[in-house]
Amino acid sequence: MWVWLFRRIGQVLPTLFILSILIFGLQQLMPGDPALILAGEERGDPQVLAQIRAELRLDRPIHEQYLYWIGNVLTGDFGFSWRIRMPVSQLILDKLPVTAQLAAMSFIIAVLIGVPAGILSAVKRDQPADWAANGVALFGISTPNFWLGIMMILFFSVELGWLPPSGYVPLTEDFWQSIATTLMPAFVLGTGVASVLMRHTRAAMLTALSQDYVRTARAKGLRERVVIWKHALRNALIPVVTLGAIEFGRLLAGAVLTEQVFTIPGFGKLIVDAVFNRDYPVVQGVVLATALIFVLLSLVADLLYMALNPRLRQA
Amino acid sequence: MNAPAITMGESPARRALKRFFRQKLAAVGLVVVVAFVLMALLAPFIAPYDPLQTSWTRIRKPPSAEHWFGTDENGRDVLSRVIWGARASLMAGVISVLGALFIGVPLGLLAGLIGGWVDGLISRVADAMLSVPFLILAIALAAFLGPALENAMLAIAITASPVFVRLARGMALDANSTDWVEAARALGNPPWRIGLFHVLPNIIPPLLVQASLAIAEAIIAEASLSFLGLGQQPPAPSWGSMLNSAQRFLTQAPWLSIMPGLAIFVVVLAFNLVGDGLRDALDPRADPK
Repeated sequence: MWVWLFRRIGQVLPTLFILSILIFGLQQLMPGDPALILAGEERGDPQVLAQIRAELRLDRPIHEQYLYWIGNVLTGDFGFSWRIRMPVSQLILDKLPVTAQLAAMSFIIAVLIGVPAGILSAVKRDQPADWAANGVALFGISTPNFWLGIMMILFFSVELGWLPPSGYVPLTEDFWQSIATTLMPAFVLGTGVASVLMRHTRAAMLTALSQDYVRTARAKGLRERVVIWKHALRNALIPVVTLGAIEFGRLLAGAVLTEQVFTIPGFGKLIVDAVFNRDYPVVQGVVLATALIFVLLSLVADLLYMALNPRLRQA
Repeated sequence: MNAPAITMGESPARRALKRFFRQKLAAVGLVVVVAFVLMALLAPFIAPYDPLQTSWTRIRKPPSAEHWFGTDENGRDVLSRVIWGARASLMAGVISVLGALFIGVPLGLLAGLIGGWVDGLISRVADAMLSVPFLILAIALAAFLGPALENAMLAIAITASPVFVRLARGMALDANSTDWVEAARALGNPPWRIGLFHVLPNIIPPLLVQASLAIAEAIIAEASLSFLGLGQQPPAPSWGSMLNSAQRFLTQAPWLSIMPGLAIFVVVLAFNLVGDGLRDALDPRADPK
């Protein structure tokens, strides 16, 4: 187990190293001189430009800039926002709980819809329920989630006036109001993931149902309900659980547009605002942070896979 | 499960085509895709109005006989803008996926056929890119490149390429261990010849499936980037940017938000149907239904 974990981390490290080079390299794509952007009105003053370059180490060779940057990142220092004048790590930590709440709620919605629909679809294969579930999943995958968000605002906020169209109230401030402001965005984010979960649950269930142990269970005369819930489902859920952990990471990304539509001050809003303010250290920091979360979640997914599947534990 | 009668002399491509059209939904999807492509190509002839023509007297008029989809906040005809917007969306979808294929497939073949440190490097870079969620990477790239439709397409192409690297690499590894590639190698063919003439033709079917699903994803990505203001720049019409400006008038002019989104949904659904249909048609192991 420990050996496996170390080996797995050994695989992740080179990926992270290359990722850090790519993210650092993003800066080089930028047209124009960052010092000129930062200097603003004072761009004609060579002294100001020189000062900015020295401060940001833009006057050093590129490998030195990288080493300085990565050294800081390793100690948790993601740099300094050019515009808001705050440490990037602080900005990320401030916004993360908002997006995490949104992602957690969407994940619950996705699991509550996707997994039962997948099971139903597999058990009732090639029957109307299966077609309906597949059809809904196809719609879920094909709808741009920001548009679904706009349509929901139109229907539930503008027409019916049931839910607030935008804004966010923290959980600690007012629990129910917080849920009300995040319910629509969470549903919007959740449907896309629900579609993916439904398709995978269906496939995994179909595979499980065709296994010998299911035939044995049926031959023993067990009731169909027991066969499905106890024998097939438990095995089918193993790949679904690991997929779920990875999809959770994807929710963080999907949140970018959803937060924009519902004006929720989270992680996604942070990167979009940073893009428009040309606040590049923040953009880099957010990309790096999402990648780290994603890598961590795939690691958790693998661990879960091991924990759930005893056959792998000896290896 | 009835195996279809296979007549001698029928090529595999023809057989796949027949299997594809036997699936009604996939055929419908293809018809819709073709209709949208024609609409984009013939936009100057079929759009009832100039998509950029503003009109003070027609600001935010609801759908009517004259303006089927209504008019926008500058009095422009929404139907004409949706028709012209198909150009941006389809171009972004097709060109960025072609770009992703051109970046991803050669690198994947290289990694699979040469192996060693080349494979290690290419695979790690692909892993690194895949560890950043698609849209966030595309946003970051588009942000650093600057807001423009071409840059958005480039960003989507780069972001979508690692999937093709992985696919091509896996297929090349599979093909590498087959007898016919072994035979080709024994005859003294250099690796590039094996890659180009012996491996590539055999991996086209899965690439085609992946490409059509990737186009659906790329269209959504372009709409998303344009929605954020990182793609097509106003006043040029694009479904994403139309949705962006429409959001401010959601209560007064809901049709502005409904129509472009519906267009994205229909075309993406069509590409997904085609992709699913191709997968079933091209996979010889799939149920012939």
